[in-house]
Amino acid sequence: MRQISPVFKREFLGYFRSPVAYVFLIGFLLISVSLAFSRYGGFFRAGIAGMESYFTFFPWLFLFIVPAAGMRLWSEEKRSGTVELLFTLPITTLEAVLGKFLAGWAFLAMAILLSFPMAITVAYLGDPDWGVVVTTYFGAILMAGGYLGVCALMSALTKNQVISFVLSIGACAVLLFLGFSSFTDTLEGWFPVFVADALSNFSFITHFDAFTKGIIDPKDVVFFLSLMAFTLFLNVVALER
Amino acid sequence: MIEVKGLVKTYGAKRAVDGVSFTVRRGDILGFLGPNGAGKSTTMKMITGFLRPDAGTATVDGIDVTADPVTVKRKLGYLPESAPAYPEMTVEEFLHFIAEVRGFKSGDTRNAQVDRAITLTHLAPVRAQTIETLSKGFKQRVGFAQALLHDPPALVLDEPTDGLDPNQKNEVRTLIKSMATEKAVILSTHILEEVDAICTRVIIISRGKLVADETPAQLRSRQPGARLDEIFRSLTRGDI
Ligand SMILES: Nc1ncnc2c1ncn2[C@@H]1O[C@H](COP(=O)(O)OP(=O)(O)OP(=O)(O)O)[C@@H](O)[C@H]1O
Ligand SMILES: [Mg+2]
Repeated sequence: MRQISPVFKREFLGYFRSPVAYVFLIGFLLISVSLAFSRYGGFFRAGIAGMESYFTFFPWLFLFIVPAAGMRLWSEEKRSGTVELLFTLPITTLEAVLGKFLAGWAFLAMAILLSFPMAITVAYLGDPDWGVVVTTYFGAILMAGGYLGVCALMSALTKNQVISFVLSIGACAVLLFLGFSSFTDTLEGWFPVFVADALSNFSFITHFDAFTKGIIDPKDVVFFLSLMAFTLFLNVVALER
Repeated sequence: MIEVKGLVKTYGAKRAVDGVSFTVRRGDILGFLGPNGAGKSTTMKMITGFLRPDAGTATVDGIDVTADPVTVKRKLGYLPESAPAYPEMTVEEFLHFIAEVRGFKSGDTRNAQVDRAITLTHLAPVRAQTIETLSKGFKQRVGFAQALLHDPPALVLDEPTDGLDPNQKNEVRTLIKSMATEKAVILSTHILEEVDAICTRVIIISRGKLVADETPAQLRSRQPGARLDEIFRSLTRGDI
């Protein structure tokens, strides 16, 4: 496990060696803030000093943002032939997978935390519940990890970044929609109720919700962590095949 | 040092490598010849643990690559075909990354190792340049620097002189020759004079099968008076 750190460092700094990081960070902040202020977000109309209107869109925003950050993870290495270099260095596949995943996750966490001026604005306008702000940030970062696990896996399947991007959005969309009542109602028409219930348990929305209300439910934490563990395991399998 | 026994690799319906066996001892420089698509790179990828063989074994110092890949990879320096490297890194950053993964954790030993590799491959003038802006020959040298950075006991080099200018070709050959006394070296090439110049042994494969495994002198004596390329052609006749 000692070899995770050089891989992590290279990958994380790699985001900043090209304009990708800056375009991504600015894009993410612009879109997330403007969604919050839009008439759908209702940041001002809500009349409460809170971050809810900012975070409501996160599950949706992540659907596009995380695949954009994750699509290059393995596809890029495969296309440029550097996988051959990486996997003939004395590291295990697991170390490489963890190093790269953690770097991507740290980058996403940074993007999320850069919205902190938003929280300061809220604090200036009123008196927000800091507990809720903290749990929501925590939940958002966990959720980003869940999304990224899926995207890393998809990116390991192809050397084409566009295909990787589309596959990632598709897979994440399924995990997102599983939580919608209209969608689960349809499922209940096809499957017994307990199956439909079990499936809706796999949704990002279902598990993100509690965090935005200030609750850290171990069930939700376990869900995101096990989703990451499972996708990373498949990631190793996909690369070793 | 490097022992290959009955390696087989099949892509779909195509046998890229079909039962190749040979051994390389310390002090040997093995020239690996064969027409395009004969299976040279595929064989090297199996020796270095990038591809899993469908059958057969490759061992380095008695250790099977599939059984203990990390230990084998530690002992090997590998220059893949066309020398892949992270394009957005500078030469120095890239070599520092390799050194760190290779286990040179402390700053001083890492710097020393990187400086040594840079000196050996004459990369000093471009050390702060990003790899994507390098010319082909310099990229090739970065790949070579990366392969010998940890002074490995065994080197696997896939067309190491490809894209180098005549002076550099010479330089690399001299370097390989000077290092080879205590190393086992496998190098693939399309330049037959290279075989004469540095190799102590030659193997030729054609359509995935070994067709010759001997010293350069023995290869010449197959058809006394003929040029090497004529001998090469007659050995690989089936593969055009
Ligand atoms: N990923 C792959 N999928 C399918 N076929 C492949 C793949 N890689 C190599 N091959 C085939 O395997 C055969 C051997 O290829 P290899 O790259 O080992 O040849 P080579 O001897 O290195 O040739 P060259 O001198 O051109 O470098 C070729 O016919 C090639 O088309
Ligand atoms: Mg080749």
